[in-house]
Amino acid sequence: MSASSDSTGAGNSRGLIAWIDARFPMTKLWKEQVAEYYAPKNFNFWYFFGSLAMLVLVNQIVTGIFLTMDYKPNAAEAFGSVQYIMNDVEWGWLIRYMHTTGASAFFIVVYLHMFRGLMYGSARKPRELIWIFGCLIFVLLMAEAFMGYVLPWGNMSFWGAQVITSLFGSLPVIGGSLLEWIRGDYVIADATLNRFFALHVAALPLALIFLVIAHLMALHEVGSNNPDGIEIKKLKGPDGHPLDGIPFHPYYTVKDMVGVAGFLLIFCAVIFFAPTFGGFFLEKANFTPANPLLTPPDITPVWYFTPFYAMLRAVPSFAGTQVWGVLVMGSAIVILFFVPWLDRSPVKSIRYKGPIYKIMLTLFVLSFITLGDVGMHPPAGIYPLLARIGTAVYFAFFLLMPWYTKIDRVKPVPERVTGHA
Amino acid sequence: MAEKIDHSRRRLLTAATVGTGAIGVVFAAVPFLASWQPSARARALGAPVELDASKLEPGQMVVVAWRGQPIYVVRRTPDVIAHLGDHNDLLADPNSDNSVQPEYIKATGAARARNPEYWVGLGVCTHLGCAPSSAQVRRGEFQVAGVDLGKDWPGGFYCACHGSKYDASGRVFKNVPAPKNLTIPPYALDKNLRIVIGVDDASQTA
Repeated sequence: MSASSDSTGAGNSRGLIAWIDARFPMTKLWKEQVAEYYAPKNFNFWYFFGSLAMLVLVNQIVTGIFLTMDYKPNAAEAFGSVQYIMNDVEWGWLIRYMHTTGASAFFIVVYLHMFRGLMYGSARKPRELIWIFGCLIFVLLMAEAFMGYVLPWGNMSFWGAQVITSLFGSLPVIGGSLLEWIRGDYVIADATLNRFFALHVAALPLALIFLVIAHLMALHEVGSNNPDGIEIKKLKGPDGHPLDGIPFHPYYTVKDMVGVAGFLLIFCAVIFFAPTFGGFFLEKANFTPANPLLTPPDITPVWYFTPFYAMLRAVPSFAGTQVWGVLVMGSAIVILFFVPWLDRSPVKSIRYKGPIYKIMLTLFVLSFITLGDVGMHPPAGIYPLLARIGTAVYFAFFLLMPWYTKIDRVKPVPERVTGHA
Repeated sequence: MAEKIDHSRRRLLTAATVGTGAIGVVFAAVPFLASWQPSARARALGAPVELDASKLEPGQMVVVAWRGQPIYVVRRTPDVIAHLGDHNDLLADPNSDNSVQPEYIKATGAARARNPEYWVGLGVCTHLGCAPSSAQVRRGEFQVAGVDLGKDWPGGFYCACHGSKYDASGRVFKNVPAPKNLTIPPYALDKNLRIVIGVDDASQTA
């Protein structure tokens, strides 16, 4: 064994670590990001979802890599290759169901993670960039999920792609040529499938990983928020560490393992006993091959898109164009980026906010769930009205936030985090 | 050695380098962005289709394929044309507000055609994509797939799959499964009855 310049005992693991540390900041990174990253000691249930999102990302990447080994990104073979994975590839069904269930799980944990942010004011100064990186992750995740849904080339894949790409066609002037540019053909075709595959397996995952790293770097720079919404860095002990902070490792690595265990219990139950989840995770119409001449009676997106789809349909066409619905749907996502500046409350956490914020957040959640339900039904009967009410409430939550957070009664914020320990 | 650094010169050179680099990036991006356009093969397969309609007899229909889809071209009888606007109250979307067609077709109202005598439309039922049958004679003794269209039939199309009915302009009747009028593709029609499907203007074919 070669002699290392600064090792005390050649060949032991400490020597190896010292050898690496002299060439790469391994121990430094571990300490800064994990072992000596001081997180507030009062994290609750809602703080599981960040690490769970990471877990699902890893699940999607690993299962996705294995799916690409048998999947054929070709309009003639795609549907058949998915059936091949399901029926003939050893354990192929498990890998695919882990991936499809993972897609829905991703949105569940991300929606809960975002709700946590709205509850505890996690977007507020100095965490604006964490929130913006998070919103970008959400946008990319939607693109990733949409393109992934097209790949099996089932009939709902095809018509979903038809409807979603048509949204771009409704833009004035550039719409028509933009649509052809996105599809790579005059209709959804082999070229579209092939490029969606490239984006789904290479471009978007790379961008997602990059953004997740940026999200975490920004988080570890300013430190985590907590359910009390107060800055633990203000009060430091003689050792220079926050009084209310505990090292992420081992305290939160161990706690997150409990979250992981609970999550996997549910996740595996879905994979093994209800992989289609009654049509919510995998739609029935997608079990027949894509057919350009056969429109499914009812084109509905997967559940995680239905709130936005309902907003799209809530707006009637006006002045001979349907672009207004597209703009409303786009705004519903864009407005998320502005949350750090819309909230003018002197306190961050819902624990010290007044009744108005609590009511508005409840209405917002109800509107989101209502819109999600509306988006699964044909726009007839009571649904168009519900869609409009839901859309109005959704936007009211954000657009009126600068006013109602200002006039709302707030409670005094404690100096130290509160806990039940 | 350098006793004084010329900062303004350095700023100028930095800006010039960044600017040149940015222009280079824009030009280098062009091939990648352009590669997303429909390829030469897609353009060839999606090329406009030409048809000489002058040989059509009144009431006759021909089918041509355009981008893999059947396009119906019908020469309507004067009897049908004269009564196109008479049955609007029987139709689900008489003004084609919820249906797909170029603006210049929508503007022609009940005719839904550049020339009322020659109707061009996509022969794909808006319900589930079957091919509707042509039944072009008004009040004819029609038996399409064993179904009598009745004495009030204004001439049009009948989809035997699920019983959707369209008038001679492809406008869907009320209380049938199909939700929309038949789609009309962009097309051009010149004086010699040459129909070009897939373009708005015959000069685009050149």
